[in-house]
Amino acid sequence: MKELLEFLSFSNPNVRVVTLGTMFIGMSAAMVGSFAFLRKRSLIGDAIAHAILPGIAIAFMVTQSKNPYYLMFGALLAGWVAILLIEAITKHSKLKADTSIGLVLSVFFGVGILLLTHIQHSGAGNQAGLDQFLFGKAASMTTADLKAYSIVAAFLLIVVSLLFKEFKLLSFNAEFAKISGLPVRSLEFVLSSITVLAIATGIQAVGVVLMAALIITPAAAARSWTENLVTLLLIAGFAGMFSGLVGSYISFTAPNMPTGPWIVMSLSAIAIISLVWAPKRGLWSKLKRQRQNREKILTENILKAAYHLSERRKNLSSIISLEDLQGIREFGEAELKKGLRLLSKRFLILSQNDGFKLTEVGRTEAMRVVRLHRLWEMYLTQRMRLKADHIHPNAETIEHIISPEIEEELIRELGYPDKDPHESPIPYK
Amino acid sequence: MDIRPEKTAIEVHNLTASYNRKPVLWDIDFSLPQGQLIGIVGPNGSGKTTLLRNMMGLMKPDSGYVNLFGKKLDEVREKVSYVPQRETVDWDFPANVMDVVLMGRYRKSNIFKRLSKKDRDIATESLEKVNMLPFANRQISQLSGGQQQRVFIARSLAQQADLYLMDEPFVGVDAATEESILNLLSEMKKEGKTVVIVHHDLQTAYEYFDWIVLLNTRLVASGPKQEVFSTELLQEAYGGRLTVLSRIGDLMAKQDFPMRESEFKEKEGPGDERAS
Ligand SMILES: Nc1ncnc2c1ncn2[C@@H]1O[C@H](COP(=O)(O)OP(=O)(O)O)[C@@H](O)[C@H]1O
Ligand SMILES: [Mg+2]
Repeated sequence: MKELLEFLSFSNPNVRVVTLGTMFIGMSAAMVGSFAFLRKRSLIGDAIAHAILPGIAIAFMVTQSKNPYYLMFGALLAGWVAILLIEAITKHSKLKADTSIGLVLSVFFGVGILLLTHIQHSGAGNQAGLDQFLFGKAASMTTADLKAYSIVAAFLLIVVSLLFKEFKLLSFNAEFAKISGLPVRSLEFVLSSITVLAIATGIQAVGVVLMAALIITPAAAARSWTENLVTLLLIAGFAGMFSGLVGSYISFTAPNMPTGPWIVMSLSAIAIISLVWAPKRGLWSKLKRQRQNREKILTENILKAAYHLSERRKNLSSIISLEDLQGIREFGEAELKKGLRLLSKRFLILSQNDGFKLTEVGRTEAMRVVRLHRLWEMYLTQRMRLKADHIHPNAETIEHIISPEIEEELIRELGYPDKDPHESPIPYK
Repeated sequence: MDIRPEKTAIEVHNLTASYNRKPVLWDIDFSLPQGQLIGIVGPNGSGKTTLLRNMMGLMKPDSGYVNLFGKKLDEVREKVSYVPQRETVDWDFPANVMDVVLMGRYRKSNIFKRLSKKDRDIATESLEKVNMLPFANRQISQLSGGQQQRVFIARSLAQQADLYLMDEPFVGVDAATEESILNLLSEMKKEGKTVVIVHHDLQTAYEYFDWIVLLNTRLVASGPKQEVFSTELLQEAYGGRLTVLSRIGDLMAKQDFPMRESEFKEKEGPGDERAS
């Protein structure tokens, strides 16, 4: 607790620099990454991160300094060359986009490693910090770095807000942007450039290898929570910043812990939580919906069987035993028990000593299901001209789906039929 | 058969187009009239989409050119609008119906700017025209196929063009959408718009359109529907594949044959900047 307070008070200047720096990095990467994610270019982040390595190495060799602006400029150049190469290869050869991305990525990365090794061995005084680009070393961040990162973050924010609607169209339907007369190539160039910038700022802290995670993961997590692009960018940005904060905190409390991997770990945790528990789009709610559907089908089938039995007995309020019901339609023992429990919870049936009985509401509900089944059978025979002996299985599933509006439409279109194709009466209220 | 109209909206001149060097349109040459409903009709894979993409400048032809209202596409861009097949985009995109229709208002002139009230009014009106206004705030991921189609058409209407090119707007749509599109088309015709629709169903083509282009890798016929709808021509368009033609195409792809020898290209006329 004391540690947390000390951390949050930002009294240690070094902690302050590292924390703010990683937060800016997280936000910038998430922001531009959202568009890469929506354009289904998830690989491009990885490719750029690897491809800018030789740019950084050359910038260092030429200037003999670790000034963040020089290094970023080198990164930008290498990134552009890589993107243009990927485009050219995809266009002029038979290689698919992912193959050319892989090709450029590995060649550039190889050259980058060669150059870094060369720098290492040439014994330049300043070199010790360069291999951190591979795996990242947030702790070595300086005030000058922080300043550069904040400028980049602000710049990206401005570009994205100015070109927001164009980037939106580019991500949704690039060809339409083109036919609307928008300068698609320039827009793509701007988008690629800010992606390269965001990655170039990030790799000092998290390294080439993990950088791709900072680009794509926040957007993937954010997508689970929202259907609105602005909200998506905000959530992704905050997720990126938050994981920067968490990563810095962990390496603050346990000084041997590297920041970069912890940023990625916390991002992954956010993503997993989002993918599982987000309402609507999450896995959990999907499973829940499926369970609800199964329960709906089960209970409606029981009601229907009960109705058929009552119909035979010409008595809608007779007591129905479980054996009677099984005689109409086979249910698994446990299934049936569960279904009956669900039904009595909703007061659709009343338990009796040796069976159950439909309540008033239960009868109405049972009639509804049977009505939908028979209406749908009518529709299939009359409108889709299917033979009467082929339609039952289809109606078995559709009856659980038909909504009240569709029911109304069906009734209207069929002109209030009173018998189904098998001559059974269609029960109305 | 190739009947020439009096007032030309689109002129396609000697157009040959290919994917990976394999030609899918051979020497297409025809002209389309202004102010009519025009169907580009042919079986699946006959190159209809490719033809539209060439008209819209989304693909470079190997040779030949397309003129719209007698001009190059870039000069009349704001007068032309395009409704792509709806499968060409991922509808699971974080946007609502209004967002997509407003995209029809994006222009070079309003880059960096917010859309105006007028843009919003135009988008609203366009949605109204396809009976989708009640769905303006609906997430596009939740639309049915027919509703998606109407949203795409509304986006195109929002561009307020004179010439509309639509790729298979009737495929996989419900009766309500079909009716709504047909009503809209006759409205548009009344307003003097030219509408070109890619369509693969012969049965309905005769009903829907005034002018028909029959296409099957090459031009089979182009003219008023009464003239074009002869059994012979239909047979030609829909009857057996042109095996020799498609085999030559395969060969050209395999052997990296140039489409045209270069000295021929020079003599192409106005199209050659684009062809090169
Ligand atoms: N992107 C592509 N790459 C390669 N071949 C393509 C591509 N798009 C279409 N084709 C081929 O071109 C031919 C014409 O396609 P298309 O214009 O889509 O026909 P239609 O729209 O009439 O169905 C088809 O044989 C198709 O397989
Ligand atoms: Mg097509």
